[in-house]
Amino acid sequence: MKKILCFALALVLALGLATVPASAENFKVAMVTDTGGINDQSFNALAWQGLQRAKEELGVEVSYLESVTEADYATNLETLYDEGNDLIICIGWMMADALKEACAAHPEQKYAIIDNGSVADNCTGVNFATEQCSYLVGLVAGYMTKTNNVGFVIGMVSPLMNTFGVGYYAGVKAANPDCTIQHYNANSYGDAAGGKAATINMYAQGADIVYHAAGGTGMGVIEAAAEQGKFAIGVDQDQNYLAPEAVLTSAVKRVDNGVYNLCKALTEGTLEAGEVVYDIVSGGVDIAETTTLIDADTLAKVEDAKAKILSGEIVVPATVEAFAAIYGEDAYPFK
Amino acid sequence: MNQVLITIGVILNATLMYTPPLLFAALGSCFSEKSGVVNIGLEGMIVIGAFTGAAVGHFVDAPWLAFLCAGLAGGLLALLHAFATVTCQADQTISGTAINFLASGLSVYICFLLFRTSETMPVKSKLPRIFNDLFVWLGNNLPEGAAKLFRQNGFFDLVFNTYASAYIAFLLVIVVWYVFYRTRFGLRLRAVGEHPRAADTLGVNVTLVRYLCVILSGILAGFGGASITLATVSAFRPTIVVGQGFIAIAAVIFGNFKPQGAMLGCILFGFCNGLRVVLGSDAKISFTLFEKAVNIPIPVNIISMIPYVVTIITLVLFVGRARGPAANGKPYIKSK
Repeated sequence: MKKILCFALALVLALGLATVPASAENFKVAMVTDTGGINDQSFNALAWQGLQRAKEELGVEVSYLESVTEADYATNLETLYDEGNDLIICIGWMMADALKEACAAHPEQKYAIIDNGSVADNCTGVNFATEQCSYLVGLVAGYMTKTNNVGFVIGMVSPLMNTFGVGYYAGVKAANPDCTIQHYNANSYGDAAGGKAATINMYAQGADIVYHAAGGTGMGVIEAAAEQGKFAIGVDQDQNYLAPEAVLTSAVKRVDNGVYNLCKALTEGTLEAGEVVYDIVSGGVDIAETTTLIDADTLAKVEDAKAKILSGEIVVPATVEAFAAIYGEDAYPFK
Repeated sequence: MNQVLITIGVILNATLMYTPPLLFAALGSCFSEKSGVVNIGLEGMIVIGAFTGAAVGHFVDAPWLAFLCAGLAGGLLALLHAFATVTCQADQTISGTAINFLASGLSVYICFLLFRTSETMPVKSKLPRIFNDLFVWLGNNLPEGAAKLFRQNGFFDLVFNTYASAYIAFLLVIVVWYVFYRTRFGLRLRAVGEHPRAADTLGVNVTLVRYLCVILSGILAGFGGASITLATVSAFRPTIVVGQGFIAIAAVIFGNFKPQGAMLGCILFGFCNGLRVVLGSDAKISFTLFEKAVNIPIPVNIISMIPYVVTIITLVLFVGRARGPAANGKPYIKSK
């Protein structure tokens, strides 16, 4: 009996040894989350989904490290470097400073960062043209409002978040120049009650469609819409499942596609340092697939606008300055 | 005039949205602290309640059952706290902190097993708004001027057409007050918190009373969590509970460990949050100086601070020194 066990054990070990060289041919990709953690149900989680897909379809070895505080960024990057990863992806612009130092310390290592420009010669910066998807949902809001009054809830004011805002404002104004746009800065991604109260306030002031780019605060926005029989517009992913009667559409940001594309470029040897922007053309951003609540006329106009963005005929402003140059200084409330 | 009424309505609406979870948890904290056990784990019990409420509410179309299950889950977690602190005489702060970590990890873990993400799917139905039908009827049958107040986003609709959990929270304040100051159990409970040895000598079972009170605090905190995921919103995600448990503890100290005082603390905090929402993000201080209009914008971070700053200022200026139960935080060792 003992001999059989020994033999089995030896066999397992031998097999184990045999598999090691095979996996060494595979590419190793790892990601560092920002302080939102791997389960943030937003871009960290989506990025991990993208890596999972890369593992299944490209055979890449994947792993992640979570950052609990901002102090973890540098140590996490160093740990992943020591593990011999081919590509290390930072999720979120908050990591830019830590990444800059890591890039300088290990110039031969390949790095990438989501939602930020490139920070060094060995770094790929991945940005999403979120103003484009926000523009499309802005068109939907502008065409479909019956009260000529819509709303926008932002989670926090920053250049990145403002791309959602200016895109939406440009969309609403393109569809409906006289439309009133109410706004609220929640200054938090986790204040569902505040988001709900602010949205109820907007509805009480005459709005009938409210777009949120506010993470967990947006749960309250959607809840208010469902409760009052009005409309909300979701963000990041198709949020229609949260309230099928109330979530009109969503501005979808495919962080998973972005991360997957990085892995694909790595395996194909085409990954280059510098900045990439994933837009409508490359499938990085889009309007949600669920369109059951949108009327056919509006849908046709949105498809038309999408084609014009694809062909370059429509250029959606991506910064507050570009927006102000078209619509004037006071047209957008957040600076 | 109409505009002012709506604004006040929205502030009170938000107040009644922020207050119930805090109030449930604060009443729970009253029980625990009054019996001499510090319960820092309140936050974790809210989290587990919020998750359980949402998860049960998703699978079963029975919001009240989900609400009760949330209380049960909070109570179970509190049982752990009671076992650690009363039976094993562990440090109460450390046990509570451990409970907080355990609850957030456990809820996300179970959520992953059930839903494959850290967010639950929406519940089938929420707790009822008990006056909804009445308000619809009034909105249709009253004379125009009055009916307007009851229709959607009219003043009374905004303020009073809220979820049953809010009404329960306020009714519970009276119940808890009655239990504390008008029943034998309440007297014993307070005696155990003030002087467990004296209570023990007179034949009060200190261990049993403390167990009951800690479990009750967990059940109430669980209800608080469920009042978020079954009324304010209709799904759970980890960021939905962000410090409500600690605010509830602050409210209890604010209210000098009395249920009615804790209620005022919770309402004040809720009201300031409502104010913050209505002030919005571009509030200005406007005045005329030397015949020139001056507009100073208030930074949004200052506005976000209002609830916390007001709570601290009121605490320092008006409440003065809160006097907690004498034996609060001290384990009772019979043989010593």
